[in-house]
Amino acid sequence: MSTPLIEIKDLHVSVEGKQILQGLNLTINEGEIHAVMGPNGAGKSTLSNTIMGHYNYKVQSGSIIYKGQDIKDMTADQRARLGIFLAFQYPTAIPGVSLGNFLLACTRSVRGEDSVKPLPFRKELFAKMKELGIPQEFAKRYVNEGFSGGEKKRLEILQMAMLRPSLALLDETDSGLDIDALKVVAEGISRELAANNTAALVITHYQRLLDYVKPQHIHILAGGRIVESGGPELALQLEKTGYDDIINKYLK
Amino acid sequence: MSEKNQEIKDIGNSYKYGFADAEDYVYKSGTGLSPRLITEMSRMKGEPDWMLHNRLKAYEVFMSKPMPSWGPDLSGVRFDDIHYYVRPSERPAVTSWDDVPEYIKNTFDRLGVPEAERKHLAGLTAQYESEVVYHSIKSNLEEKGVIFLDMDSALREHPDLVKKYFGTVIPMTDNKFAALNTSVWSGGSFIYVPKGVKVDIPLQAYFRINAQAMGQFERTLIIADEGAFVHYVEGCTAPIYSQDSLHSAVVELIAMEGARIRYSTIQNWSTNVFNLVTKRAHAYKNATVEWIDGNIGSKISMKYPAIYLLGEGAHGEVISVAFAGKGQIQDTGAKIVHAADNTTSNVLSKSISKGGGQASYRGLVKVSGDAENVKGNVRCDALLLDGISRSDTYPTMLVSNPKVRIGHEATVSKVGDEQIFYLMSRGLSESDALAMIINGFFEPFAKELPMEYAVELNRLIKMEMEGSVG
Repeated sequence: MSTPLIEIKDLHVSVEGKQILQGLNLTINEGEIHAVMGPNGAGKSTLSNTIMGHYNYKVQSGSIIYKGQDIKDMTADQRARLGIFLAFQYPTAIPGVSLGNFLLACTRSVRGEDSVKPLPFRKELFAKMKELGIPQEFAKRYVNEGFSGGEKKRLEILQMAMLRPSLALLDETDSGLDIDALKVVAEGISRELAANNTAALVITHYQRLLDYVKPQHIHILAGGRIVESGGPELALQLEKTGYDDIINKYLK
Repeated sequence: MSEKNQEIKDIGNSYKYGFADAEDYVYKSGTGLSPRLITEMSRMKGEPDWMLHNRLKAYEVFMSKPMPSWGPDLSGVRFDDIHYYVRPSERPAVTSWDDVPEYIKNTFDRLGVPEAERKHLAGLTAQYESEVVYHSIKSNLEEKGVIFLDMDSALREHPDLVKKYFGTVIPMTDNKFAALNTSVWSGGSFIYVPKGVKVDIPLQAYFRINAQAMGQFERTLIIADEGAFVHYVEGCTAPIYSQDSLHSAVVELIAMEGARIRYSTIQNWSTNVFNLVTKRAHAYKNATVEWIDGNIGSKISMKYPAIYLLGEGAHGEVISVAFAGKGQIQDTGAKIVHAADNTTSNVLSKSISKGGGQASYRGLVKVSGDAENVKGNVRCDALLLDGISRSDTYPTMLVSNPKVRIGHEATVSKVGDEQIFYLMSRGLSESDALAMIINGFFEPFAKELPMEYAVELNRLIKMEMEGSVG
């Protein structure tokens, strides 16, 4: 369990000329679950987008070593094929493309064309949809078009389930969910992480998702750096004190 | 970002059908059009006198009509530099591929035409330059009285039927290019479907231009008698040359009471072809006419399939897509005339522009003053792949009766970085991601095509994306 899956060293990232991450360090070992918390604008989404390889996020210095190689010059699809997955905070609609066809294309691309046959794929897809409480007919609907916020989040986890990543970046997957929806999504996440020994970087503002996903490590991101790290107790403490102390201590 | 922009720029730059055959023709006219050429050509075809007179009259109309004063700049069309009549073979259209000259057969093989015929067509005409070189129809349809011939053969074998309907939907005086076509038409299809007969499998025509500076002027007339149904599909390609060719067809459809005609086009001319086409349908009581119109190729296309809803309860549908790449202008649209009570229409136009290409929707919905309970809807969606391309919408509504419902909606969107990133984060390459977004955009059109053509359309788009990946 102690083999490093991803090691981020002294990472500096800018977005549209604006400096966001300023010397971030983070190591996640295989199968470990880490949570990153922090106030708005701290750089949480920048971190997940940078690891995934969004072209608007420019790495100025530092390194991202994943499975032993520096991936910082790789495109997002190359990273996806190496086992990195990002569950989006705001999944984008792709009108006219059915979820089923989209998932077949993605699954083939990530797992390999030859290892994904249409019939077993359908069986697996429908089984996973059932587990996540997603109606089967959603497979015919267009990707992220006309779905509620909660449905979109479930569909993100469905994609994760099909792509079986080694590292899942979950960007505020709990936002916009009511208690019941949160339970279904969070249980789905826990189940899928365990099934594939997937490591996770869970980005959230709130404790409630962590009650289900149970990270071993909590990091607090502020001003583009990780300013504190600890065990689950750190999240509980934050829940009581809020971010004011952090902001006062590191950002003033 | 720069890499991505480069890829987007390259979409549509690969044209697979640009190969050409050496010319080995029985007859090739010099450049330019004259009454002498028209007379000579009509004699060669052995036409009845009325057709020759019709042609010569149309020539006068063509000469006297001005170029359209609206739309794209057509000053590049040089009427005097065009070869108007090219006869590739001595024989009229044959019914066995073995009798088609070897090199022409090879070309159609390369285009996959005979294969498509074997697999999923009830009949086919294949036109090469000015003449149809091959035609076929399944014998069970012939037994039911369905006529499917090239227009020249139809004029020989069914002169009365042709004379009765020819030019009744699109008169020679309609516009300059309709007059040009009427004066020098050659080839095209003639279809007559008798009362109550439903042709369940599509009939297809394939048009190939081979020579440089060639003019192709096919003439198509489809008549579906009461309660009949026919689906007609046309495709077309040409080699890439520096000198421009002109394709100017006239297509007339007549749907009698309760009949339905569906006319599907995948236009994929090379980017040195001016495609100036007049297409119009008459729909009588409770009849339905559907134009499914895909414009991928050509230099400039001007095409506005029209439906005149002449009988009560008639329905018209125009679903079109246009792809305007570098140097291309797709000026397309639809024209619907509601001339009777309870008529309904639907227009869906989708366009994609890139590399400085221009796609315009130009449409007209007209309701006659006394037509009651008329419903019509127009929707135009444009997708821009970069910042240098254009999309314009010119909708015209002429409605004098306040009791009609005509809706219009238009959207313009850009392929977003977020869409591309989303798909790439799921393991799809940038070009696959773009192809998927574009296929999705075209989906409402593609789902109206027969399966094989939808697959072909997807393949075309995918191919154009793949050509871009360095």
